[in-house]
Amino acid sequence: MTQHNGHTGQERIGVYVCHCGSNIAGTIDVEAVALWAAEHLNHRGVVIARDYKFMCSSLGQELIEKDIKELGLTRVVVAACSPHLHEQTFRVACHRAGLNPYLCELVSIREQASWVHTDKKAATEKAKAIISGGVERVAWHAPLEPLHVPIHPATLVVGGGIAGIQAALEIADAGFPVYLVEREPSIGGHMAQFDKTFPTMDCAACILTPRMVSVGTHPNITLLTWSEVSDVQGYVGNFTVTIRKKARYIKEDLCTGCGICQEKCPKKVIDEVFEAGLGYRKAVYTPFPQAVPKYPVIDRENCTYFQKGTCRACEKLCPTEAIDFGQTDELLTVQVGNIILATGFDILDARRIGQYGYGRLANVFTSLEFERLSNAAGPTNGQIVLRDGVTHPQTVGIIHCAGSRDRNFNNYCSAICCMQSLKFAHLVRERTGATVYNFYIDIRTTAKAYDEFYQRVLDDGAILIRGRVAEVTDAARLPGEEGKLIIQVEDTLAGKQRRIPVDMVVLSVGLEPRHDAKEVAHRFGISCSSDGWIIEKHPKLDPVATMTEGVFVAGCAQGPKDIPSTVAQGAAAAARVLARIQQKEIALEPVRASVDENKCSGCRICNGLCPFNAIIFHEDRMVTEINPALCQGCGTCVAACPAGAISGTVFSNEQVLAQIEGLLLDVARRAIAPEPAPV
Amino acid sequence: MTDSFEPVLIGFTCNWCSYRAADLAGTARVKYPPNIRLLRLMCSGRLDPTFVLKALASGADGVLITGCHPGECHYLEQNYKALRRYLLLRRMLAQMGIEPERVKLVWASAAEGVKLAEEITRMVEDVRALGPLNWPQRHNGAAPHADATAIKEGTA
Repeated sequence: MTQHNGHTGQERIGVYVCHCGSNIAGTIDVEAVALWAAEHLNHRGVVIARDYKFMCSSLGQELIEKDIKELGLTRVVVAACSPHLHEQTFRVACHRAGLNPYLCELVSIREQASWVHTDKKAATEKAKAIISGGVERVAWHAPLEPLHVPIHPATLVVGGGIAGIQAALEIADAGFPVYLVEREPSIGGHMAQFDKTFPTMDCAACILTPRMVSVGTHPNITLLTWSEVSDVQGYVGNFTVTIRKKARYIKEDLCTGCGICQEKCPKKVIDEVFEAGLGYRKAVYTPFPQAVPKYPVIDRENCTYFQKGTCRACEKLCPTEAIDFGQTDELLTVQVGNIILATGFDILDARRIGQYGYGRLANVFTSLEFERLSNAAGPTNGQIVLRDGVTHPQTVGIIHCAGSRDRNFNNYCSAICCMQSLKFAHLVRERTGATVYNFYIDIRTTAKAYDEFYQRVLDDGAILIRGRVAEVTDAARLPGEEGKLIIQVEDTLAGKQRRIPVDMVVLSVGLEPRHDAKEVAHRFGISCSSDGWIIEKHPKLDPVATMTEGVFVAGCAQGPKDIPSTVAQGAAAAARVLARIQQKEIALEPVRASVDENKCSGCRICNGLCPFNAIIFHEDRMVTEINPALCQGCGTCVAACPAGAISGTVFSNEQVLAQIEGLLLDVARRAIAPEPAPV
Repeated sequence: MTDSFEPVLIGFTCNWCSYRAADLAGTARVKYPPNIRLLRLMCSGRLDPTFVLKALASGADGVLITGCHPGECHYLEQNYKALRRYLLLRRMLAQMGIEPERVKLVWASAAEGVKLAEEITRMVEDVRALGPLNWPQRHNGAAPHADATAIKEGTA
């Protein structure tokens, strides 16, 4: 037998191989693996190796607990799924049986073997190597205690759409302070732009504005609109957030929101944001009458005074002297324990879909434009009219999936377009009686009362054509097409090409991540998927947490979703934060570095490596020390120390080197006792 | 080298990006060759070059180091330190008579399961083309489990 370096060999290790139903057992011969571990890793301290259908089940866990008690196991290796899924489960099981939870090691033979390999023999051999690595590593585990970090009771919510509003209100109602930061002049988000909400056809403003008012008046909410987060420092429990409060040029303490400035301002500006380019606002404005807060904003780029040096009409006419042209951006610094990102979505730029003619053909509209057209408070007072502002369309074509489920734009389904398009069909039928064609690939009406709404729209008389529209053109070829927009489509149910002349086309454009989503994610230390949506901690089991402790996500920032799901996620994120605040502290992985001062030579190589300023050098004693409160456990200094004076828990040199040996055990054995010599 | 040569690779992964990319590859059932064995670190910055030498000395034919993309490090900037060490290590390997191509650094975010699988596949083929490293034999039967520090000193 080969002599291995490493641990004392006195540990009593139990190995548990999970079948995960057929997820692992379908590719890996789990019984053979367990038998092998019992026999061949015996001299490495393995006293028992078992396989079981579902190790994570209560029976599976009891198996481990029983062995710990009866066989006196001192270490446990579970070969199952990723530690990101069940590490905690097995640690808790060990803890119940009286073993320090950090003496358990979960190695992944599902994500790293059975699911990614098809060759059963090779996958089985690899599983053995992985387990061998785990066994060598676990012997070096040390009993640890989790780190406890206090949680600051305040929370930062970024984004004042319905997701952020919901989250802020839940936390504030529970009695804890919230900073709600919104970059537009008012909260409300996209929902404030909508007319009706599917499937109940509630008026969006009627259900949203009371919530906005609650936010504006809530004693526990500090509302910071026209503001952006510029910097985030610190970690879960204690973030230091710098917020840039952009100059409004309005004294908020004096402004009563009377609106005289907006009325008297001589400068009209096309409102590209709230009115989607269909309406006007003034250079001093609130985006809409029910805006919260009520204070307007002076748009410096368009204000005659700022651009030409004269005017000051608002200043002269303001009854409370609230206009202040001398205001500058303010930087606020706040302390918070948790952060909820509810930064929402952008809509796909319809100009990118050249064949649908948006921007080139006047009467092609985007879904957001249609929302404003149909909104009673919108630029046409709810009249559904063509771009000329007066003509009512006789025929309307609504194109689903514009830019979604399309490899040229976005592969994903934008989740809301089917229902949104059906809502538009309903509104057109109800308000104008025009003929409506909906062009769809599939109808996806999966949530509560959605399919009933679909049936209702069919009963309204909307005509649904199954087929992806090839082109929208104004080039008439057939009689009856002159002056019309012609929709060219393959009707895949009838099995033929059709040309359908309409007066108005509405593109149900897909949802996209905010244009600056990557930048924002980086600022908060989290990541985006390749599509650009924020990645949640687990797609099913933890859809509101992110990989960064203390940073949560809600609403469309995480992926396209409808209003009910957005509200649910906002509330869920708030619940997670509230649980943290109630606990007053959080237990973190005790992954930290420390210096053995007897070994430290004072060379200071590590001193410049820590971005968290956790490394302190004591000039008097010429040794380095690591502040465990600041150390985040990356291990860069451990790797750098030439004297080996720095050690890191959970990933010590001994643990890593032993794991490497274990992973290569079969290769080493082959080298020592070579098979028939290779040619 | 024989036709039956199956290289063995050790892959160092970062807990926050590439380890999760490997999880994602699994969840999405993306396939890659079984020749790689992954090991988790908290950060590519934790990668002591000794670990790479240890892997090669213990019988690995190649080492794949993976980390967060530049600018996306969970610990702000430690992957840059991994990059520096990697570049130095490659020069050192060449001096030791080991093809530097046996060690490779790639960036893979938590979303890049497919990319990680592709990189693993490519690396396995590259190392297969290089042939076995046979470090233990090269050292004339020297103990394959020799202390890594000894290897460092013995060859530096």
